[in-house]
Amino acid sequence: MAVALGRQAAPRRSFVELLDDRRVLSVLCMLPAVGLLVTFLAYPLGLGVWLGFTDTKIGRPGVFIGIDNYISLFDDSVFLLSVYNTLVYTIVATILKFGLGLWLALLLNNSMPFKAFIRAIVLLPYIIPTVLSALAFWWMYDPQFSVISYVLSKMGLIDRYVDFLGQPNAARASVIAANVWRGIPFVAICLLAGLQTISPSLYEAAALDGANPWQRFRNVTVPMLMPILSVVLTFSVLFTFTDFQLIYAITRGGPLNATHLMATLAFQRAIPGGQMGEGAAIATAMIPFLVFATVFSYYGLQRRKWQQGSADD
Amino acid sequence: MASVDIRGVEKQFGATKVIHGIDVSIADEEFVVLVGPSGCGKSTLLRMIAGLEEITAGEISIGGKVVNNVAPKDRDIAMVFQNYALYPHMTVRENMAFSLKLRKAAKSFIDERVNRAADILGLQPYLDRYPRQLSGGQRQRVAMGRAIVRDPQVFLFDEPLSNLDAKLRVQMRTEIKALHQRLRTTSVYVTHDQVEAMTMADRIVVMHDGIVEQVGTPLDLYDHPVNTFVAGFIGSPAMNFVSGTLRRSGGDAHVEAAGGVKLPVPGSIGGADGQGVVFGVRPEHLDLASDGAGVSAKVIVVEPTGADTQVFADVAGTQISAVFSERHAFKPDQMIRFQPRPDSVHLFDAASGRHL
Ligand SMILES: Nc1ncnc2c1ncn2[C@@H]1O[C@H](COP(=O)(O)OP(=O)(O)OP(=O)(O)O)[C@@H](O)[C@H]1O
Ligand SMILES: [Mg+2]
Repeated sequence: MAVALGRQAAPRRSFVELLDDRRVLSVLCMLPAVGLLVTFLAYPLGLGVWLGFTDTKIGRPGVFIGIDNYISLFDDSVFLLSVYNTLVYTIVATILKFGLGLWLALLLNNSMPFKAFIRAIVLLPYIIPTVLSALAFWWMYDPQFSVISYVLSKMGLIDRYVDFLGQPNAARASVIAANVWRGIPFVAICLLAGLQTISPSLYEAAALDGANPWQRFRNVTVPMLMPILSVVLTFSVLFTFTDFQLIYAITRGGPLNATHLMATLAFQRAIPGGQMGEGAAIATAMIPFLVFATVFSYYGLQRRKWQQGSADD
Repeated sequence: MASVDIRGVEKQFGATKVIHGIDVSIADEEFVVLVGPSGCGKSTLLRMIAGLEEITAGEISIGGKVVNNVAPKDRDIAMVFQNYALYPHMTVRENMAFSLKLRKAAKSFIDERVNRAADILGLQPYLDRYPRQLSGGQRQRVAMGRAIVRDPQVFLFDEPLSNLDAKLRVQMRTEIKALHQRLRTTSVYVTHDQVEAMTMADRIVVMHDGIVEQVGTPLDLYDHPVNTFVAGFIGSPAMNFVSGTLRRSGGDAHVEAAGGVKLPVPGSIGGADGQGVVFGVRPEHLDLASDGAGVSAKVIVVEPTGADTQVFADVAGTQISAVFSERHAFKPDQMIRFQPRPDSVHLFDAASGRHL
């Protein structure tokens, strides 16, 4: 019995010894992550990029056609409009989200009654499933039953119901408003977390140094918030640029493609339209923009000079 | 530079009152130290002078002008915080220049002031570093530099040395004192370290639970404490206390402690025969006595520091400490005799703690 046990233990011990080797251990530990990344990230990404170079249609495997898809996209006014829409949508929505989010974070950072409760309420738009809130917006923007129009007309501000989703620019503003409403909690809560890490004595020191509230905001709050601001900004830009759900549920890209974003157009062409190759090419065309945004923020994210040096306080 | 007058000041946080009416007058150019145990309200009082806390009742005036409703930035005071509160995103130079920049001072003027402060504090080599790249002592100096470039009416310090190691603390203590002698700016300095208070102050304000126990020069407080709190707080090692009853017979007097132990006191001392008292004597005011004189004590521990010898012993069931400048090698449980110096003993009323 003892002999048998000893014999069994010998190979196991050598396996354990193998684990003591840092290199073996690190490769072993990385394997699952690498496997997951390859299966769920690299493969679909590669497949998508590959499809963009083919004329695949739904139900018919395509052949490699080089950059023909991209060449035709350059002459495709709907595609160009969707690029324009995406840029407008991302830039305007991001500016509004950050402006309002920062304002909200500053408000929430003050001591006030029912603080925890109010903070929880702020998170609500973020908790509600996007499709549900998109439906709610769709209903609010309805030409006949819009609650916004109803309120405005009761207040005597308008005499005809607003056609929120019928005119190109009104429709753009409407979907941007919905995106901002949904995006503010994320920005506000992240910035609030950032604000709470700023030591109150810095504000006190600045006040004694003679800074008025605006100067304290400029010289203490903003620079101290910069690191977290750039992280949140990156994520916010990425999420907004690739937005799909809100648009698809509210306007499906209409009217006259005025709210088509690159993501919705790619889907539209690929799945309902059946042009897999072309859809994939549109989606792939988003990559340079996203890479640019990420590189930009990579430099923004780098530890600032003043954050370097010893880590203790 | 200016005087600071604190008149009947009270502070309440919500329903809890933490400062119960404080009156202190600080003269122009004076260095006053607020000292007291943790939580007694020193920081709160200092922050009220700075304008960082509302004054619940009473008045604070700086340079003869009541400042209760004056914003901190208009009080012309500078404060050195316990955590230094340096702006992490500014270099040492920018930290020091910040207040002058806000005041829109001329560039040449700012440079001159910053350089002068850097010279005084030995900060020249570090002017272009960020606070994170400095040691604790250097940061502390930057915090002081930021205060002195302003040339304010009053300096406020809130335990500025408590984050430093013991050796650096002693060194900075001397530097701050020298700085004050040079600049002569009225200073209010908060600490809970009585040694710091004794060595730095022109006058000490001893606080306890939101009231002032005593105000006076360091030696005044050491020689004439008004009650047991001040007597026990000022001086290191702390004063010894033994409870007992005062007995007078003819011109002589003694305190009768537990177990019939008799502690001799001068006949001229205050207090009535039979009164409950606390007998107090500082460790450095105990001498060794030969048989028959003084009181007997049983040695507990002997702690030689090199410079002197501290002896802990049991007298009438109370632990007493004594400091001798000579070296003694007493054994534990050895019986020795202490003789308090007659002119250095204190008697306090047992009930009120007041000095008799
Ligand atoms: N913002 C506040 N709200 C409520 N109570 C407070 C507040 N700040 C201080 N206190 C209370 O006031 C009392 C005095 O506090 P303070 O900070 O002045 O003490 P301190 O003498 O500076 O003590 P330490 O030596 O520990 O710094 C404490 O009991 C504290 O709990
Ligand atoms: Mg304090």
